[in-house]
This record gives sequence, C-alpha cells and structure tokens, in this order.
Amino acid sequence: MDKIPILRMGHFLLVTIQTDLYDRLAMSLEADLVQMVSKTNAKGVLIDISAQSIVDSFMGRIIGNIASMCKILDAETVVVGMQPAVAITLIELGLELKGVHTALNVEKGMELLQTKIILPTEDTSDDDDYSA
Amino acid sequence: MIIPLNKEAVEVKKEQDTIFLRNRIKECATKTGMGLVNQTKLITAASELARNMLRYAGGGNVLVETVSKGRENGVRLTFKDTGPGIPDIAMAMKDGYSTGKSLGLGLPGTKRLVSEFDIKSTPGTGTVITIIKWKNG
Amino acid sequence: MSNQSPDLAKTLRKKRNDILELWMKNQLADVSLREDLLTNEELRAQSEELLDVLLQNLNERNIAEVESADFEPVVEVLSGISISRAKQGFTPRETGLYIFSLKDALLTVVQQELKDDPAQLVTAVLTISKLVDSFGVTTFETFIKGREEVILRQTDEITEISTPVIQLWDNILALPIIGTLDSSRTQVVMENLLQQIVDTGSSIAILDISGVPAVDSLVAQHLIKTVSATRLMGAECIISGIRPEIAQTVVHLGIDLSNIVTKASLASALRYAFGMLQLDVKKTIREK
Repeated sequence: MDKIPILRMGHFLLVTIQTDLYDRLAMSLEADLVQMVSKTNAKGVLIDISAQSIVDSFMGRIIGNIASMCKILDAETVVVGMQPAVAITLIELGLELKGVHTALNVEKGMELLQTKIILPTEDTSDDDDYSA
Repeated sequence: MIIPLNKEAVEVKKEQDTIFLRNRIKECATKTGMGLVNQTKLITAASELARNMLRYAGGGNVLVETVSKGRENGVRLTFKDTGPGIPDIAMAMKDGYSTGKSLGLGLPGTKRLVSEFDIKSTPGTGTVITIIKWKNG
Repeated sequence: MSNQSPDLAKTLRKKRNDILELWMKNQLADVSLREDLLTNEELRAQSEELLDVLLQNLNERNIAEVESADFEPVVEVLSGISISRAKQGFTPRETGLYIFSLKDALLTVVQQELKDDPAQLVTAVLTISKLVDSFGVTTFETFIKGREEVILRQTDEITEISTPVIQLWDNILALPIIGTLDSSRTQVVMENLLQQIVDTGSSIAILDISGVPAVDSLVAQHLIKTVSATRLMGAECIISGIRPEIAQTVVHLGIDLSNIVTKASLASALRYAFGMLQLDVKKTIREK
C-alpha cells in the first residue's frame, strides 16, 4: 500500500501530500502522523496540500482530526498551500476547517508555527537527539 | 433539451477506483472548456457520491457524459448502485444528517456544488443520483 | 412530384449562366444597391460563388428538403457572406434582400422553362421559394449569432475589468467592488482575489464595498464566503467601505458579521493591516 512520507525538521514534522488521496490512505496518514508526533515529541505539524486538486468532506474531516489530535498531544497543525479552487469548493460544501491554522505556503507556515510555539530549552532538544 | 455528446461507464468497486473516476471526469470537464473552480466543484461532488456508493452500497457504476443544452455544455454524472437505498430522501438531504459516522455534509453539500441534482431511491433496490455541472454554472 | 423534381435541379444547373446574368441585372437595377460598400465586380464574384455552390449541391432529392445535410456547404458560404457583409456595414435587411433577389432570378428562369405546364410550374415555384426563404433566414441567424458573440465577449470583458485586484503594499491586496454583487460576480471576485493572493503571496486582502449600492442577506452571505475562503488559504480578509446605511441594514436583517474584521474606510483598513504586519507609518522630520 502507498504511504505518505513524514519528514522531521527539528521540532516540526513536514508532510507533503503529492499523490491523489483516497480514504484509506488518508486514514493511515492520520494514524502515522499522530504516532510520529508522539514519538518525536514534535511541537508543530505542517501539512502541504498544494498538490491536491480536490479536498472533499472526508479529507477535510481527516485534516480536522489531525489538528485536534495533535492539539491534545501539544502540537500545533498548519495546513499550507491550499489551491484557490479547493478553498472555494470547501466553503461551498460547508466545511470551514475550524480549529486548523492555515498559511499560504511552507515558508509562511513555518513562520506561523514559530510564533505559535514556545520552543523547549536546550536540554530537551538534546533529549530529542538522544531518543532519535 | 439535454443532448449527450459522448459517454463512458466507470465501475467503482474499491477506493482506488475513485481516483480513476476523478481523472476521467477531469478529462471530460476539460474538454467542455470548464473553468478550474467548476471542475474542482464537480470532481469534489463526484468524490462525495462515490464514497457514499462504496460505503452504503458496496460500490456501483458511474456514467460519465459530456452533454449540451442550447449554448451550454457540461458534464453529467449518473451514479447507480444496487444497495439498500435511502428510505427518507428528504431527511438525507438535510444539512448535518448522517447515518454513518461523518459530518453529514455529503448529499446537501454535493447539491450545492453542482448545477442540477436529482436523486431516486427505492429501499431494497438501489439508488440513482444524477448530477450535472454546466460549464458556466 | 417525384418525376418533376429531377428536371428542376437539372434545369437550374443547365441555366446557370442565365440565372446569374438575370440575378446580377436585378441587383444592379435595384435602388438599394450599395456600390459604396461593395464594387460591382466583388458583388458579381460573391453572387457567382453562392450560385455555384448552391447548384452543385442541389439534386432531385434535396431540393424539397431544406433541412438536408447536403446544403451544409451552401450554408457555410451564406454564413461567410452574412458575416462579411455585416462587417462591411450592410444592414441585415440588405443582406436578406440580396438572397431574396436570387429567388426572383430563379423563378423567372423556371417560369420560362415551364410555361407550358402550369401544374409543374406551381410546384417548382413553391419548392424554390421555400428553399431560398430558408437561406434568407440562415443569413439572419448568422447575423444574430455574430452579434451575440460580440455581446458575450463584452460581458466577459466587463466582469474582467470590474474586479481589479490592487497591490497596496507588500503583503496587502485591495479589491474595490463596484456595482451589485450577485452570485456569479462573487465567484469571479473570489477567484480573482484568491489567485492574486497565491501569485503575490499576500497575507492580507482588503475587500472594499464602498461601490456596492446595497447589501442584503444574499450579498452578505457572498461576502462571508469570500472571507472564509481567504482564511482557508491562510490569508486574512478585511471588509472596508461600509457606509452607515449598510451597517443599519446588516443589523436590521440580523446578519452576523462578528467573525469578520470590518472597517468604515479603506484607510482605516490599511492602518489595521499595517498593525497586523507590525508596520509603522511615520512622518519624517527633515533636518534643516
């Protein structure tokens, strides 16, 4: 089965969804990502959906779920790069992705995460290296 | 009067089939000269209906047609399944209603995304949903 | 009738030169001749082309069937003539009369040929009339279609120019909306705005509605949709230019705009945007 790669960048996790999503793939991403957040103690998750030409209610729900779950694990989620057509469609569909932070691109998403998160001190980052 | 210009049947039996369906619809919609936003709305609507079909009826068939009515061109999709059917259509068309574990945006949301929406369902026999998206609709 | 029609098509073909001469004579003698728009030589070439394509495609079967697909080449030539004449400044009436003058020529020739057989003559006259009348209608249709295309193009242009997106500052876009905001217009506004946000990487958009005559619940809904879509993309949207009357209607209609940042003027919206971007506008004190 296909898998969506999750990249670790310091305290953040970066997911770029390049393939067309189908439901099971989206659900396994949800599970993998939450696992990864917990394992790496990540403080922020950045999901790049700029390659997605559609986001329907199910995928919207998965994105919302990921954000809520990460929040419980003390990580902020930012969705970046949503296509204009996708945004218009989601609004028409009635899905506003409440509780999910959004940014125009990866760069702005990173900036946003940095403002949202008080990074842990040196000690804990050493711990991270150790565990990884 | 709506005249079909060409048609193609796509079988949806498993989740991966929906990706193939989306691509077929995109090709058809591009041929009619439909703009990106309307294409996205149509494909999203199809994705919702295909999921319903898989979830509640175990799959079905989708007829993808390019159609024309007067000066307008568009894409017509007919989703046909032989599943349990929908007992209360009026209820299913309400925002926030769902028998499954979803947001309940499926049918009413889909209707908002397309130009024309028609649903026929007989409990025990199956459901036929026809949607049309006009190029400028 | 079936044994008469074959003669008719063949007869007409045989008499091609007579018909052409007669037709030209009729046209040149007509008071409505527009030598200022089309020289006589050009007129002759045009008429010859039309007559030839008609006679070539005419046979005993289709002469009574004006809808026959055999006439497609004829319709093509007719449409070409209609369009070029419209461009040259002929009125649709003049183009119509031009086609109908062909009928006179055809009928005169038929009359001479069949003068001994009144019954056949009547059938032939009716058939030809019907055929040429249908061609006349075709020229009108083409004319109208040409006009409609112009109108459609202009409509597109109007929607295009009526939604300009202006870059006010780094990261700040403004979109002044002028005129009524209906759902198709909202779609265009939304698409333009969102695309510009992506293209310029701007994080703040100001929607100025000073030029919108009235805001009812539908317009408000369109505005709310635009703001929500902008937020989904990761940018903030401010609505400015809210006149007091509009504020009154919005409250009277019970529309909830509390989730949207609204400002009375574009200037205050810009000031707010500067604040969001932590920019400071200062007056410089020049040293003497």
